[in-house]
Amino acid sequence: MPIYQTTSYVFRDTEHAASLFNMERAGHVYSRISNPTVAVLEERMAALEGGVGAIATASGQAALHLAIATLMDAGSHIVASGSLYGGSHNLLAYTLKRFGIETTFVSPRVPENFRKAIRPNTRLLFGETLGNPGLDVLDVPAVSAIAHEAKLPLLVDATFTTPYLMKPFALGADLLYHSATKFLGGHGVAIAGVLVDSGRFDWEASGKFATLTAPYAGFHDMDFEEESGTRAFLLRARREGLRDFGACMAPMTAFQILQGVETLHLRMPRHVDSTRKIVAFLSRHSAVERVIYPELPGHPDYELAKKLLPLGCGAVFSFEIKGGRGAGKAFIESLRIFSHLANVGDAKSLVIHPATTTHYRMSDADLRKAGITAGTVRLSIGLEDPQDLIDDLDRALAISQK
Amino acid sequence: MTLEVDGKAAFAYTANHPVEAGKRTVLFVHGAGLDHSWFGLQSRYFGYHGWNVLAVDMPGHGRSAGPALTSVPAMADWITRLMDAAKVQKASIVGHSMGTLIAVDLAARQSARVERIALIATAYPMKVSDAFLDAAKRNSYDAFDMSTIWSHAPRVPLGANPNPGMWMYGDTQARLERLASGVLYADLKACNDFSFSGQVKCPALFILGKRDVMTPPRASQSLQEQIPGARSVVIDFSGHSLMAEAPDATLDALIEFLK
Repeated sequence: MPIYQTTSYVFRDTEHAASLFNMERAGHVYSRISNPTVAVLEERMAALEGGVGAIATASGQAALHLAIATLMDAGSHIVASGSLYGGSHNLLAYTLKRFGIETTFVSPRVPENFRKAIRPNTRLLFGETLGNPGLDVLDVPAVSAIAHEAKLPLLVDATFTTPYLMKPFALGADLLYHSATKFLGGHGVAIAGVLVDSGRFDWEASGKFATLTAPYAGFHDMDFEEESGTRAFLLRARREGLRDFGACMAPMTAFQILQGVETLHLRMPRHVDSTRKIVAFLSRHSAVERVIYPELPGHPDYELAKKLLPLGCGAVFSFEIKGGRGAGKAFIESLRIFSHLANVGDAKSLVIHPATTTHYRMSDADLRKAGITAGTVRLSIGLEDPQDLIDDLDRALAISQK
Repeated sequence: MTLEVDGKAAFAYTANHPVEAGKRTVLFVHGAGLDHSWFGLQSRYFGYHGWNVLAVDMPGHGRSAGPALTSVPAMADWITRLMDAAKVQKASIVGHSMGTLIAVDLAARQSARVERIALIATAYPMKVSDAFLDAAKRNSYDAFDMSTIWSHAPRVPLGANPNPGMWMYGDTQARLERLASGVLYADLKACNDFSFSGQVKCPALFILGKRDVMTPPRASQSLQEQIPGARSVVIDFSGHSLMAEAPDATLDALIEFLK
């Protein structure tokens, strides 16, 4: 795959230039809007997810923002799962609120909670396929049915599952995004996001999405749904969202993520197999209070996970160490193979203490809602020999209890 | 714009321009199960270059009320009534697949209403396999898969869509999934049953995809021979969905033919 490391593209003549700008011809104008290397990643992700197309973004956060900004204006409302990545929680709870978009957070374990929180100005239901960090399994069929009854789309963050473990569109989701930084890239070398549209949500029939069904003065009064039907959402997201907010993906980043995507189907089974071994080891360990993984019978979503995630529940999970914050600190600092850093989904195994890092801005009450305590430790299991990882964990756990 | 034909809503995309007397009109007719947006780039070009554009949704497709029509002559007659509603006396017709049969029938039986016809991906007779027809009749998803796979060159699923970031297979399937039950079958059966015995006298251009497995270029040979002076353009790398697979080459051929 060639890397089109270029900002812009020579026009054949003035007529060709005008036609490209006015969407009369296909092609690239400026790499903030589209780039041939980035487009390959977008098309492949759409194919893997079964969508109509995709837009690659500067990060997963940029993908979430692009989805929301494309769908709604100030005065709109989102119903979101309360079990979210801290960065997504920040965006919804604090930042978007400054711009007039409010969010009600609900426990995702009871799909009816989403229905109860819907208001007349609600424009989106949102959750993570596997919640962070409690691995709440989102009941995508049930929540999407609730969304569709209210003529609303369901957006899911599918970062933890990837298209290998779950196909959210087949289960009813309408839009999805990934932090491609994680498993899709897989090597911890590039920050990236990708937003995919199923093309199945009927914006016109919903009647709630003027950004897609009414003339847009910012592009020759284009009515995106009339213009392009199934492509309306992505067309506006690209022609407005990338154009104006500008959170595009660099071509080199697209190349790096493409390298990862090519081996996703080989890496994910290894991630899951090793995770299962480590979950089993930790579950039996005397220094461990509890392990939170949906394949364990004690997990609240055990049955749902069997149904929606038969190939596995990913490679990111948490456990509670006995001895609270002090033990957690000693444990993390004693690990040798696990890297202590703020990321997941890498070829290398990773560890972090959510209460003081990824989720540190959340109140104690919100932390409890998200299932996080002072002793919670989050692991992301990489591709190393699982026995080496178990040995490392065993040694650090022993030190933590001294 | 939404017109009224036979007392029902009939939609035609006009590229954001009003239809005006005194301007030449180009009317786009989509293929089986599809809608006006399949001509997105091409129809938009003509609308912004001095033409009246009517990119129609046939009954039961896109924004036009159903039910779907069940024969090509009925579809052609519906087009003339839509032209009446839009106060358009004469138009050049650009058809794709099923739309090419409508264009041919219209040109033969309503020659006064048709200036030129451009036939994108056509065959005559347009026989549809029993397996495809049967799956469509059963409203089986297999029919959507057959339509999607055969509507694109074999290389398409490997990528490189000229329209950045879009996946043609997914887009086609999403469009087909929105159809009411029976619409795809009605379209396919109309294509399969169409018998043409008239005479086309207006200028005609065939735009064909060399990699078209649904309507291979050779399958249009007899129709080309029936239309005096017909010209053809064969686009090397394209399959059946020329407007998406080869949008610029298709547009260039149309511009050259219609100017």
